[in-house]
Amino acid sequence: MYYCGKYPIIEKKTLAKGVYSYIIDADEPADEAQPGQFAMISAPNYTLRRPISICGIDKERGTLRFVFEVRGKGTEEIASLTEGESLDVLAPLGNGFRIPDGKKIVVVGGGIGVPPLLGISRCSGELCTAILGFRDYSKIILEDEFRENGSETILCTDDGSVGQKGLVTFPLAEVLEKGETAAVMACGPTPMLKAVVKMCELYKVPCQVSLEQRMGCGVGACVTCSCLTVRNGKEFYSRVCKDGPVFNAEEVKFDG
Amino acid sequence: MVDMSVRIAGVEFPNPVIAASGTYGNGECYTELYPISKLGGISCKGMTIEPKLGNPPPRIAETPSGILNSVGLQNIGVHGFIEYYLPTLKEEGNVIIANVAGATIDDYIAAAEALDASNVDMIELNISCPNVKAGGATWGVTPEGAADVTKAVRRATSKPLIVKLTPNVTDITVIAKAVEAEGADALSMINTLLGMRIDIRTRRPILKNNTGGLSGPAVFPVAVRMVRQCYKAVNIPIIGMGGISTWEDAIEIMLAGACAVQMGTAIFTDPYSPLKVIDGIADYMEQNGIKSLSEIVGQCQEW
Repeated sequence: MYYCGKYPIIEKKTLAKGVYSYIIDADEPADEAQPGQFAMISAPNYTLRRPISICGIDKERGTLRFVFEVRGKGTEEIASLTEGESLDVLAPLGNGFRIPDGKKIVVVGGGIGVPPLLGISRCSGELCTAILGFRDYSKIILEDEFRENGSETILCTDDGSVGQKGLVTFPLAEVLEKGETAAVMACGPTPMLKAVVKMCELYKVPCQVSLEQRMGCGVGACVTCSCLTVRNGKEFYSRVCKDGPVFNAEEVKFDG
Repeated sequence: MVDMSVRIAGVEFPNPVIAASGTYGNGECYTELYPISKLGGISCKGMTIEPKLGNPPPRIAETPSGILNSVGLQNIGVHGFIEYYLPTLKEEGNVIIANVAGATIDDYIAAAEALDASNVDMIELNISCPNVKAGGATWGVTPEGAADVTKAVRRATSKPLIVKLTPNVTDITVIAKAVEAEGADALSMINTLLGMRIDIRTRRPILKNNTGGLSGPAVFPVAVRMVRQCYKAVNIPIIGMGGISTWEDAIEIMLAGACAVQMGTAIFTDPYSPLKVIDGIADYMEQNGIKSLSEIVGQCQEW
């Protein structure tokens, strides 16, 4: 079921410059939501809703959490809302991650691609290793929360200001080398995703990627948020909103 | 309860609000929010005789009070539509309109013939899609092209035929008259206005197709003007569309000359907007003692 309505913001936090965390009181959508799904959030005075991934689901409290970055004027409008006001949300949308039961997994996130992975860490706890990449120390978000879930958390920064210097694929290779990983789940910029997918192919570990695209309706109707995919040797455009946003990596043609 | 029904080309709609082609899929996407029977009708995603891949992404960009899109008629083909979607649509929906596009006249004829044998209620001839290289709006920008396609499809089907017009022309009334003369039962208008946005950082167009079709509240006054012009130029009914997002917009375009409306972009902003428009029209009718919407169609008194 989808739900569309205005839900009160019960907590607003700033996690880094231009990165905000909202928790909304939303019983019904929270009850349905799965890690990796997303919401279309209305930006006051704008025509299109903005697709924002679900970062946290608390079914007991009946809350959903979104962590997003201000990218333009629409997200700036959303970021200007305050506790007590409400968020106009259409959720939960799309297909979430398929988390294997009782097996070791690795999540790989880059920048604002990190938030949708937190729900996996929450489900899998110590079975989950999180490799999180950021541009520099000022951009780091949610690291503590992955650790609180019991997930081993490896940080990488482009400039080495915190954690390992360089790409997330270096620690990923080290983890995959152990041969214990049942699945990798990744979200982040396209060059990072491509590198992660390549590494997973090398180690023959199944990989799921969460994709982003400019979106219209969020429910599969307008066919604007397409990404080129291949199945049974046939290329076609899938809808990121309805067929994704999480895809099996082998189906995605990143250069399409 | 007021009687909101309207009749177009012999087809009765329980209310005058129709989902516009390309914004509502084939009726399957919003059923988790409300039953599609609430809408007067659904114009299905533009279809071609063969399945079509569509344009590379990005295919959508926000603009002031609107959007640009360049989907390029991605669809599973007429036969796929008839097999997979039409049975459910007919069972759950009211008036089902098949929006048909093509690159050549033969494409249009083949699609119309296949649909003629189906139980779809009406055919909407799309000669106005701005996002495909061959066909689409290339037919709709000249009276000869528009007349040729209409004539050919008219022969291929006895289904009620709506022709959807493009606003990207010098004088839309010339096209309207040309399709009326070839047997169109109704007009729907306007399709999107051709537009473009450029990312100033990358100096690249936002849409991979470079250009796209503009829709949303930004185009509403253009739609009202063109509906008005055509209302005065032809005798067939007009379905008005282009940026309608409130019941007031719906009444306004009906006063201009539309006997029903299609809504599209507004559904992305608020999926419930068509239902709000239906309720708003009902209240307006009740408050103003209007027994039938035909009482207001075209009733704008120009200065």
